Amino acid sequence: MIMQMNNLRPLTIAVSIIPLLWIVFDIAFDNLGPNQMQALHIRLGDWALRFLWITLAITPVQTVTKWRGMTEYRQLFGLFAFFYASLHILVYLAVDQVFAWRMIGIDILESSYIWFGLIAYMIVFSLGITSSKASKKLLGKSWKKLHRFIYIAAGAAMIHYFWQLKGNLAEPLFYLLLIFMLLGFRAVIWIKNKQLSQMMIPKGRTSTDTEAD
Amino acid sequence: MIIKTIKNIPGSEITDPLVFQQRRTLIKAMAAMMLTGTSIRSGWADDSKPIWSAVSKSPFSAPELTVTPAAAAKNYNNYYEFAFNKEDPASLAQSLRIDPWSVEIGGEVEKPGTYQLEDILSRHTLQEYIYRFRCVEAWSMVVPWVGFSLGDLLKTAKPLSNAKFVKLTSVQQPDTMPKQHTKAMLDWPYIEGLRIDEAMHPLTILAVGMYGDILPKQNGAPLRLVVPWKYGFKSIKAVVKIELLKRPPISSWNKFAPNEYGFYANVNPDVPHPRWSQNSERLLGSGFFTPRRQTELFNGYGEQVAHLYHDMDLRHFF
Repeated sequence: MIMQMNNLRPLTIAVSIIPLLWIVFDIAFDNLGPNQMQALHIRLGDWALRFLWITLAITPVQTVTKWRGMTEYRQLFGLFAFFYASLHILVYLAVDQVFAWRMIGIDILESSYIWFGLIAYMIVFSLGITSSKASKKLLGKSWKKLHRFIYIAAGAAMIHYFWQLKGNLAEPLFYLLLIFMLLGFRAVIWIKNKQLSQMMIPKGRTSTDTEAD
Repeated sequence: MIIKTIKNIPGSEITDPLVFQQRRTLIKAMAAMMLTGTSIRSGWADDSKPIWSAVSKSPFSAPELTVTPAAAAKNYNNYYEFAFNKEDPASLAQSLRIDPWSVEIGGEVEKPGTYQLEDILSRHTLQEYIYRFRCVEAWSMVVPWVGFSLGDLLKTAKPLSNAKFVKLTSVQQPDTMPKQHTKAMLDWPYIEGLRIDEAMHPLTILAVGMYGDILPKQNGAPLRLVVPWKYGFKSIKAVVKIELLKRPPISSWNKFAPNEYGFYANVNPDVPHPRWSQNSERLLGSGFFTPRRQTELFNGYGEQVAHLYHDMDLRHFF
């Protein structure tokens, strides 16, 4: 099984790059519509969000399928979320605002939806740069704590999405439903584990923390 | 005793739809001819030629503005009756029935009445107004509208002295407008309002065309409001009713989210929307690596309209 999964790695990377190639293609052939800048923000933001959601889907999928060796893919998808989020911000700074720092400052200060985007990005950034095995070893126990912040990033990204819309909520509601399912799955596991451990432990003692991540 | 019955119209008196349609086309061609001075023969010889390409430019058309490509204006529309995105109205709006079209003028006026669009057009001189158009979503365009002064139309109905506000109502056509059909989001029909001095201001126009031609349906055909110093949502499309009122009407977006969309909705870079900045805008048609445009107070029409608000706190009356 592990062998098979390893073989899938180059393919996974190639597939994850396709959205970027698709965007580049649309830029080259002027397919982004009349408001190309906004289209670009939406496309890159959407992919950052999707990869974040895929990352969060790995643990439930692993639990259900009992596949091993998916942790590596969780890291890979997380890095792609980081990658698309970075492009999202880079396009905002360099292509949309063209580094007009005063205007950027006012825009960020006055746009609360951007604050949530920034929170999400700062988290994804920290997780991205500490995703290697070496930093996992180095950080020890705090690594897991740090990487639990992914849930905050997901929440902030969701608000960032909702908060800029005028009223068309169909698409963000879809993503919201997905994240509820992904987190709901974890909640169910967590409750089950708790019940299980309580049954195992003699009365009078408190259970240890055995939640799923 | 007089018993009123519905009188059957004999079949011979019912106008054949085809004839009816031709008559409308003829009236339109005549209206266009009167306005542009072109002969009916040349007008008919080339159907593809924009009918209002030769109308005179309004003095309010700022000469330094670069007009946004027509394709952008025609394919990027906020028309919530049809769709909540900006891509679909261009196709969905084509089912809208706009012929015949009449406008009811009522409320605090001496001469209320319902007017056929052709009659309104025959009484007003059309001009081209090249205006900035700034959406509340922080994008903008420069559109060459063809239209006439709303104030001139209101004057023909003779507003009474207690008429302080103008309420404009958009068409209710749920069978062609999907979001009206499902009663989605806003309270339909769409309603907008202006203070009477705003409505009478010469910058405020009713448009019947853009880019020298008849207004596309997705852009508000056959008749829409254009108030260039206010956010785009004030410029209500497909107007069927204009009422003069003593009290301010409640506009659709204001009703939907009163803390986000005010009655005035004047373009103002210093008053952010509660969730996003209004300090700058993306001018459609400007390419990559073109910085955003600094938004101007009253969308650059301060010289003409700032006096309307001189004693008002624009943060409060947003």
